[in-house]
Amino acid sequence: MYGKGLRPLSIATVAALAVSLSLVFFYAPLDADQGFVQKIFYLHVPLAIVALVGFVVGGVFAILHLRSGDSRWDAYSYVSIHMSVIFGVAVLITGSIWAKASWGHWWVWDEPTLVSFLIVFLMYATYYPFRYAIEDRERQARYASVFAIAAGAFVPLNFMAVRLAQSLVHPRVFATTNGGLPDTMMLTFLASLLAIGLLWVTLVKFELTAKSASGQLKRLRRALDAPAPGEASRVAPEVG
Amino acid sequence: MLALLAAAPALPLDEAGKYVAGAYIVFLALIVIYVAIMAAKLQRIERELRELAGFAETRANGDQAAPARERATSDV
Repeated sequence: MYGKGLRPLSIATVAALAVSLSLVFFYAPLDADQGFVQKIFYLHVPLAIVALVGFVVGGVFAILHLRSGDSRWDAYSYVSIHMSVIFGVAVLITGSIWAKASWGHWWVWDEPTLVSFLIVFLMYATYYPFRYAIEDRERQARYASVFAIAAGAFVPLNFMAVRLAQSLVHPRVFATTNGGLPDTMMLTFLASLLAIGLLWVTLVKFELTAKSASGQLKRLRRALDAPAPGEASRVAPEVG
Repeated sequence: MLALLAAAPALPLDEAGKYVAGAYIVFLALIVIYVAIMAAKLQRIERELRELAGFAETRANGDQAAPARERATSDV
């Protein structure tokens, strides 16, 4: 059901990633201030944007789940958040590498952008134990949806709070008052954003397909395992 | 694309290069690890599906053989 269109989407993602990497290394000019290190920007910032949007999307799916009671939306919400957490790990690591190269430190605790992203990431890291601490599947899905909505609402609020805070360290490259990005850099950035966004969608679809196949397999096992009256189960127990 | 590559500046391999390479390698490694985990999961699903298909076939053959046996014993 979820696997439909996965192959063309995967091909489009690989093509978009190849184009964006070509633009990053062969088209975008070197930054006058940071030089070659600034190339991390085209990876780190799109990853952060896609991860944060993914958290919000997870919240939107959770709303649809609570409204309809359809477990399909819960699966969408779970996988969206799961994928965004993985992207979040990449954001933190690439950000730390960039910070070390630019500022000489792996982490700067008085920088609101860094700390706020860490708070959001850690908040979503609690999603897994919170979800799997509940055994009843229906309650688990319902409570996880409430969490996803509350946390999803926190993400844009957190973003706005950080934008309002006056930071002395983290660059604001999209601000137009101080010049902003030149066209070549903006084009490269948008290509990277599109490629990372496509990667997120592809991986979400891939995981949903695998989850759906696994669920159908369990249903099949249960159906085949249903013993005739007076007969013991003949199928080996489920693994994992 | 060829014109783009021809006009591309040479990549400076100074101090900054290792940080940029590190960031992109970390990203690639995460994707590869994720895909490897998913591939292992899909292999497990495929193996279980094969087991279940074999079991279903065995059961179907058994169900077909049972009425034949009943007919044979009733003929005797």
